[in-house]
Amino acid sequence: MPTINLAGKTYEVDEDGFLQELDKWSEDFASAYAKEEGIDGALTDEHWKVINYLRDYYAKFGIAPMIRKLCKETGFDLKKIYELFPSGPAKGACKLAGLAKPTGCV
Amino acid sequence: MLDELEKGRWPSFVSDMKQEAAAREKTKVDLQAPRESIDDLLGLLELTYQDKVVHWKHGGIVGVFGYGGGVIGRYCDQPDQFPGVRDFHTLRVNQPGNKFYSTEYLRQLCDLWERRGSGITNMHGSTGDIILLGTTTPQLEEIFYELTHNLHQDLGGSGSNLRTPSDCLGMARCEYACYDTTALCYNLTMEYQDELHRPAFPYKFKFKFDGCPNGCVASIARADMSIIGTWRDDIRIDQAAVKAYVGGEFKPNGGAHSGRDWGTFDIQKEVIDLCPTHCMSWNGKKLVIDNKECNRCMHCINVMPRALRIGLDRGASILFGAKAPILEGAQMSTLTIPFVKVEEPYDEIKAIIEKVWDYWAEEGRNRERLGELMQRQGFQKFLEVLGLKPDPRMIREPRSNPYVFWKEEDVPGGWERDIQEFRKKHKK
Repeated sequence: MPTINLAGKTYEVDEDGFLQELDKWSEDFASAYAKEEGIDGALTDEHWKVINYLRDYYAKFGIAPMIRKLCKETGFDLKKIYELFPSGPAKGACKLAGLAKPTGCV
Repeated sequence: MLDELEKGRWPSFVSDMKQEAAAREKTKVDLQAPRESIDDLLGLLELTYQDKVVHWKHGGIVGVFGYGGGVIGRYCDQPDQFPGVRDFHTLRVNQPGNKFYSTEYLRQLCDLWERRGSGITNMHGSTGDIILLGTTTPQLEEIFYELTHNLHQDLGGSGSNLRTPSDCLGMARCEYACYDTTALCYNLTMEYQDELHRPAFPYKFKFKFDGCPNGCVASIARADMSIIGTWRDDIRIDQAAVKAYVGGEFKPNGGAHSGRDWGTFDIQKEVIDLCPTHCMSWNGKKLVIDNKECNRCMHCINVMPRALRIGLDRGASILFGAKAPILEGAQMSTLTIPFVKVEEPYDEIKAIIEKVWDYWAEEGRNRERLGELMQRQGFQKFLEVLGLKPDPRMIREPRSNPYVFWKEEDVPGGWERDIQEFRKKHKK
């Protein structure tokens, strides 16, 4: 299993860089990981709004929300989401939020 | 075991891959993906043939910045034994309409792929894309940069989005084409780039464009929205050419059955009697078609292409909902719009598409194909969404069960009834 070093801590991740032990997630993890997903500078309130929504939804329902739901609830359209997370809601936002890797026919 | 597959007459994928592996061994190109990737791919496949089970790990989420699809990530589950295919991602590259190429373009693509990928491809994926088969994660952005900047070439689709549209070769070289499939395919591909690159739908959605009912791109079976060319006036008949077929001067079906002796051409047996609506007749001198009974199945035109031609008032039928079996069973598309003119800038077709997407995006469940939503909420609802009136052409036969829903406003008195009123006339 590959590992990744972020801000002095080591995390177990899969090949795509998704966190394996979801309980190890912390805000520091997301902040330190952001650069890898093409985010310059610190995570803004808007980034956190998306990340927190994803984490809340995942905690409640055990899956990531549909993209349309994410847009509705955060008030950000898809364009805005990609401005915030250049690699997109699945590969970018879910990864930083420490959610399990999205699966299916991608 | 793989070596066995180098025998026989069909072009052998094993021989081709070995040839590429040998070329990689001695090339002077500064390879960016592992030199031994094809050897390891063959090794992994040999192992798969032995244990009869795949050796790729589940899933894989990789891509390029700005897009949510276009790359299918793949990792081998025996990375120590086969490091050359440790990561072996596929890129979908949006093919040109008709898949017509210049050698110059293909050479550029091959140069790029030789340097930055495995060197093997799939020409083409079932949806239509050029498939670049196998590269490493760090190469993805590099390939994308070169594709877009040097080849002016974009990625195709993957994920819950609009997938790469594809077309039959249409008017480029087919006299049956009822509309310009290539132009419409290209136009819609460009119009909906956002929907293609950034998954925003409940599930995947495919367009396919067939120029006529022969269905050479199989849109009716493999596209959520199938656009199939047709006409609504008369089949044009060249009586002299019909006689040439009857006289044996012209071969039936363009000579497609010349590999076997089927006897001399018998127009009665091979055309008139096979017409599904029995709307044709031949009296030895003249072929007559009762066009108002013709369902434009293409058979007579296919048999006598030099004598019979499609009509001049052309357009397309639009059908929706085809999908493979998962989850609710396989479906072919259902006729929804019997006839629409296909003319630039295609506003009418775009308006239809956007109504469908608005509806499906709002109502569709996670991973529910349009065809399943149509089943779940009913074809009636789908017609309402599109603002269409029901038409007998939309069904094969009327329903046989009597579980008919009525709208309250269509029933005198509505649904609000008082049991006491009923009891006044009917004792308990």
